[in-house]
Amino acid sequence: MAVEEGRDASVMCLLTNPEGEPLGAPLYLPQNIGPPQLQEIVNKLLDNEEKLPYAFYISDQELAVQLGSYLETKKVSVEKVLRIVYQPQAIFRIRPVNRCSATIAGHTEAVLSVSFSPDGKNLASGSGDTTVRLWDLNTQTPLFTCTGHKNWVLCIGWSPDGKHLVSGSKSGELISWDPQTGKQLGSPLTGHKKWITAISWEPVHLQAPSRRFVSASKDGDARIWDISLKKCVISLTGHTLAVTCVKWGGDGHIYTGSQDCTIKVWETTQGKLIRELKGHGHWVNSLALSTEYVLRTGAYDHTGKTYSSPEEMKEAALARYNKMRGNAPERLVSGSDDFTMFLWEPALNKNHKARLTGHQQLVNHVYFSPDGQWLASASFDKSVKLWNGITGAFVATFRGHVGPVYQISWSADSRLLLSGSKDSTLKVWDIRTHKLKQDLPGHADEVFSVDWSPDGEKVVSGGKDRVLKLWMN
Amino acid sequence: MAQGDYIQLHEKRYGKRLDHDERQRKRKAREVKKRSRVAQQAIGLKGKRIAKQNYKDKVQMKRTIAMHEESSTRRKVDDNVQDGAMPAYLLDRDPTTRAKVLSNTIKQKRKEKAGKWDVPLPKVRPVAEEEMFKVIRTGKRKTKQWKRMVTKVSFVGPSFTRKPPKYERFIRPTGLRFTKAHVTHPELKCTFNLDIIGVKKNPNGQMYTSLGVITKGTIIEVNVSELGLVTPAGKVVWGKYAQVTNNPENDGCINGVLLV
Repeated sequence: MAVEEGRDASVMCLLTNPEGEPLGAPLYLPQNIGPPQLQEIVNKLLDNEEKLPYAFYISDQELAVQLGSYLETKKVSVEKVLRIVYQPQAIFRIRPVNRCSATIAGHTEAVLSVSFSPDGKNLASGSGDTTVRLWDLNTQTPLFTCTGHKNWVLCIGWSPDGKHLVSGSKSGELISWDPQTGKQLGSPLTGHKKWITAISWEPVHLQAPSRRFVSASKDGDARIWDISLKKCVISLTGHTLAVTCVKWGGDGHIYTGSQDCTIKVWETTQGKLIRELKGHGHWVNSLALSTEYVLRTGAYDHTGKTYSSPEEMKEAALARYNKMRGNAPERLVSGSDDFTMFLWEPALNKNHKARLTGHQQLVNHVYFSPDGQWLASASFDKSVKLWNGITGAFVATFRGHVGPVYQISWSADSRLLLSGSKDSTLKVWDIRTHKLKQDLPGHADEVFSVDWSPDGEKVVSGGKDRVLKLWMN
Repeated sequence: MAQGDYIQLHEKRYGKRLDHDERQRKRKAREVKKRSRVAQQAIGLKGKRIAKQNYKDKVQMKRTIAMHEESSTRRKVDDNVQDGAMPAYLLDRDPTTRAKVLSNTIKQKRKEKAGKWDVPLPKVRPVAEEEMFKVIRTGKRKTKQWKRMVTKVSFVGPSFTRKPPKYERFIRPTGLRFTKAHVTHPELKCTFNLDIIGVKKNPNGQMYTSLGVITKGTIIEVNVSELGLVTPAGKVVWGKYAQVTNNPENDGCINGVLLV
């Protein structure tokens, strides 16, 4: 009798990582163990020196209870091998923001873009009043006002080493600024014939200190610029309509998404076209890379370490990038006006890996979580959807906004998601429970841009009501 | 051969008169004068018909001219800094559909409490009771005079059912009932055809308010959910007040301005 009970109370399990590779042989586990015990087993099997937190998933659903009760509620056969996917979690935890700590006026027109520097110590915003402003985060006051543009400042981009800030305007010129002094560095970079839609810097692990960046424009070109030569190095022409989005990938390729429904992959030494990814039936609005967050923050991580030399920074960034990427290729996701998204692996082949359908309006913004496990999409159908970042499987829909969702941003630990909408609110969503964590009203009009600082302390949002709001916990 | 084709045949054989084009031009030039003389002299049904046709033509002409002018004036100016900055992801989208402004429901609530209205039409012509109601004589000998018919436009809620005739003091004729109003947003300068939710206040008296009579200067509540206005807390605004600016009973439609 006792023997039989003992046999009943165990189940054959196979632990696999998110890519599906098994961790050792299948093993019998007693049914009364839960996630904490599984965590210990995984840590032991992986020979981790320090204990890392893990989350466990069985057929895409998180395991929150003991194995036995899970099997009972889900009526899973105990005769089959149970595949348990373990996903490493961030070892730090970011507290959700819940209050507005400062409302900083200053801009005299709508705030179009806001961005924290990669180390999270500086903040810049671009506005319709043709200025770029730098803000002091400690005193929450204006630091510098950078004038020089002739028209709306549509996008800004921090270099991953934090030494430069580049802004692009509606009249097509780019200006680089020194974040320390707020002074313009050299004359405006001209070349684009129409407005700038996006800016992306070369990852710091490919070159340190950062020199090159790529800009996309409405005129259908993307251009690579060199900040020390102060000129356009390569012009990437080929798109027949406006380029809406550009990303500089970690293996040194540039991805451009365009209104001509294609995504093109460029090589960066000579500007040759490597691949063309076709599939969308309408404009491509937004691109995201699985490694994007690491590329953006470069060498800076949650510990707040600083680096003295560029070489050191490069090494640290490369280590971070390799750790993040693992041995899987970089994944690219594209959101489009045809209401769908495609998941690509551009390094392997030109066909898509998955087609992500479900939105009922155009997809305006897509973003991978910092650990690459999740993928979030903001759509004009007032919802934010969460997808599995590796397979592209649908996970959850976050409903709550009453207007189109414009922009989203992840917290550095991938546990929280922030969305800004036309309905003048920001909302923080919990990835674990798939629920609304925090509603942040306060703006008087549409929220155009949101950003969660890489150190997780602050959230900034800017919109049509011309003020910048800082949110904290 | 068909009777009307002889002229064509003749023209084919012998050509047109040498001064044909000239005559045509002159005839066309005189045509206007001739038409205007006819229009001025014609009387009766014929005159009416001509006037109506001329009016139609004129409206059509004005509309065409306006359309042409609009297409030439509405040119995008790229070199000047314009108001209403938009992020890059919205630049290619149609801006005319993005009609939206700050909503200030708090202000409106405050106004409501005070009971005073800062409205576009502060004073209205008082409407006498005789003008508002028509006395209906009832009874077998038509001697009773307690029944009234509203002679102005009224709004009747969707759940209204008439009382039995014996108890029905006020009749609101179905022909004068309205459910929609053309409401102009003063800041957006555009007009929407919106559902009426209710009559908030008729300046001529409480009784008219409760009867749902809509005259010039009446405050009505309209359904603005399709305009996509939001409160500071991020909820969609549903109802908003508007003031009637025309005489609906004369015009056959309700025009108003939104109170923001």
